[in-house]
Amino acid sequence: MTDQPRQQSDGQWHYVSDAPFDPYEEPAISAGQERYYMASQWRLMWWRFCDHRVAVVSAIFLAAIYFVALFAEFFAPYDLNERNPRAIYHPPQGIHLFHEGTFVGPFVYGRDYALNMETLKREYTVNRDIVHQLHFFCRGTPYRLFGVIDAERRLFCGAETAKIYLAGTDRLGRDMLSRIIHGARISLTIGLFGVAFSMLLGIAIGGMAGYFGGWVDYAVQRIIEVLQSIPTIPLWLALAAIMPVTWSPIAVYFAITIILGLLDWTGLARAVRSKLLALREEEFVMAAQLQGASPRRIISYHLIPNFMSHLIASATIAIPGMILGETALSFLGLGLRPPITSWGVLLNEAQNISAVVLYPWLMLPVVPVVLVILAFNFMGDGMRDAADPYSET
Amino acid sequence: MAGYIIKRIAAMVPTLLLTSFLIFIIIELPPGDYFESYLAELRASGELIDSAKIEFLRTEYGFDKPFLHRYWLWLTGMLHGDFGYSFEHERPVSELIGSRLFFTILLSFLTIIFTWIVAFPIAIYSATHKYSWGDYGLTFLGLLGIATPNFLLALVMMYAANVVFGVSIGGLMDPQFIGQPMSVEKFLSIGAHLVIPVIVIGTAGTAAMIRRIRANLLDELNKQYVVTARAKGVPPFRGLVKYPLRMSLNFFIADIGGILPAVISGAEVIAIVLSLETTGPLLIRALKTQDMYLAGSFLMLLAVLTVIGVLISDLLLAVLDPRIRLEGKALK
Repeated sequence: MTDQPRQQSDGQWHYVSDAPFDPYEEPAISAGQERYYMASQWRLMWWRFCDHRVAVVSAIFLAAIYFVALFAEFFAPYDLNERNPRAIYHPPQGIHLFHEGTFVGPFVYGRDYALNMETLKREYTVNRDIVHQLHFFCRGTPYRLFGVIDAERRLFCGAETAKIYLAGTDRLGRDMLSRIIHGARISLTIGLFGVAFSMLLGIAIGGMAGYFGGWVDYAVQRIIEVLQSIPTIPLWLALAAIMPVTWSPIAVYFAITIILGLLDWTGLARAVRSKLLALREEEFVMAAQLQGASPRRIISYHLIPNFMSHLIASATIAIPGMILGETALSFLGLGLRPPITSWGVLLNEAQNISAVVLYPWLMLPVVPVVLVILAFNFMGDGMRDAADPYSET
Repeated sequence: MAGYIIKRIAAMVPTLLLTSFLIFIIIELPPGDYFESYLAELRASGELIDSAKIEFLRTEYGFDKPFLHRYWLWLTGMLHGDFGYSFEHERPVSELIGSRLFFTILLSFLTIIFTWIVAFPIAIYSATHKYSWGDYGLTFLGLLGIATPNFLLALVMMYAANVVFGVSIGGLMDPQFIGQPMSVEKFLSIGAHLVIPVIVIGTAGTAAMIRRIRANLLDELNKQYVVTARAKGVPPFRGLVKYPLRMSLNFFIADIGGILPAVISGAEVIAIVLSLETTGPLLIRALKTQDMYLAGSFLMLLAVLTVIGVLISDLLLAVLDPRIRLEGKALK
């Protein structure tokens, strides 16, 4: 910098620095920053999601539990309906590692069975002399994986004669742990299908309301208001009650997912609508309109991808409600019915007070319900934060 | 203000009409009607069929008429206080539901009060002790409350109450008081039996409310006027109560509209599990036997209750918060 102003070519006097000027010198960004600035939106979301540690743990937990549900036959020690009349209302057995001070690996103690002639209660007493070791990747009851692959390996089972019931048995002597693992299939997928269905409805209806506005918007708004003002459970009950008893279990399963989705789309439709109202004023929409794109194309190709991440996040938060809804419906006997096994159907068995008092392990299916719902909530929170990666935290 | 109230009440009419139509469609959906299943049952048990009576009821309630006509009859009947006839109980619906509806309202009301009493201090604590262990613990507890299926919570708590406090299991009062005139003992017995349902129904709503109030209060506490007040030496408690708390109070009222449908839903399920003499068990029975007028009128009354609850919360909000614009359109 010189201390005297100099006359420039335009005749004005300015102070001008003599130092050499390199236009590319200033924005020297580190490799990390560059990576950040060049990252795509989805990548940014991914990073933001990974910052949310509880959400990541929840996501891993959910992935694991879905994996177990997928290969339920392998992970469950017994078949879904395998009965053992000698072990009715068998209490859960604890896994031990040391027998009389020596390490023998995971095992359970045997039980002696006696029928109490006064109370007619089956009593199982721990017999510390019998040691049943757990065998891993052993041959259990043969099964067909996915209905095609014949297999008989299971994650663990007892020896030939010794039955192992880590979560106890029910009134027919069926292993609760196996039933919980098999039930996961239905309980975990019903929420996904229900949400998929409600997302479909929400995007279609909310999209129409937001894009067309006017009386379409007004009508949709009123319908949403009505649906949100009716208490859901009684309505679910009513819809579930009209299902003919003669329907096959599969039909009932799909009907329940549709019922769950049918009342749940309102929140999503609202979100879609308000986003669309804001976005349809943008210039890229006008450009598309001028090029003659149809409303359907504009909504689905130009508008929806803009807030898909938000939609996925809100859909995730809706899943726990559906899982609880199915559980409540099945618990009340209006949802799924045996032979379909879901966590709600299993809990239906624990409906009476005697189960709570005498056979509390019948309530064990509530543990996965609570864990899965917590995990979905945490993961949904993380996804919601990540859905808008440009915002400040 | 009066204009706003009238407008708000007028807006309820289309909502309720639409609701009633929806409910009527739902109760009409199952194939056949109550009489068909009833006749089949009678035939199966070989009993005599009084076909004249059934024909009379069929015509009386318009089962021979087309769908829209029946809807019209049902709707206009309700406006006259005729909620239809319960075929199973062989009594008019209005006789059946009177006292039960009262208990549903009582239960919902108490639950909302409970929700407030619990949510209010916890939310304030959580917001003022943001990210402390207490905040995390309470947040987690709240989430646990949302995640636990309430019917199971009800069963376990009912058992616990029986063991610890000796409250009899199920029902709204001890068995010896049923049918007795109201007395102090009966009143106390009802009170003792309402504790569990109120807590169980309230947990999920309480947790949700704590989360919302906490977020709102945090927003409010970050505003500049709070900083100014602190800088000028206003004591922390006064600085909290004087304005930020009052601002977040609005959400307290506004939240009724949000939690009321959930509370009534919860009340129905819990009532079935605990066999309370509220609308829940009657409703589920009616749904299972296709006793359509009973079920339909129930659903309708629940919807009306909810809409009125939301209306009250909106009106309270308008009174409490002068910033709420009564006229004009919503901002885009």
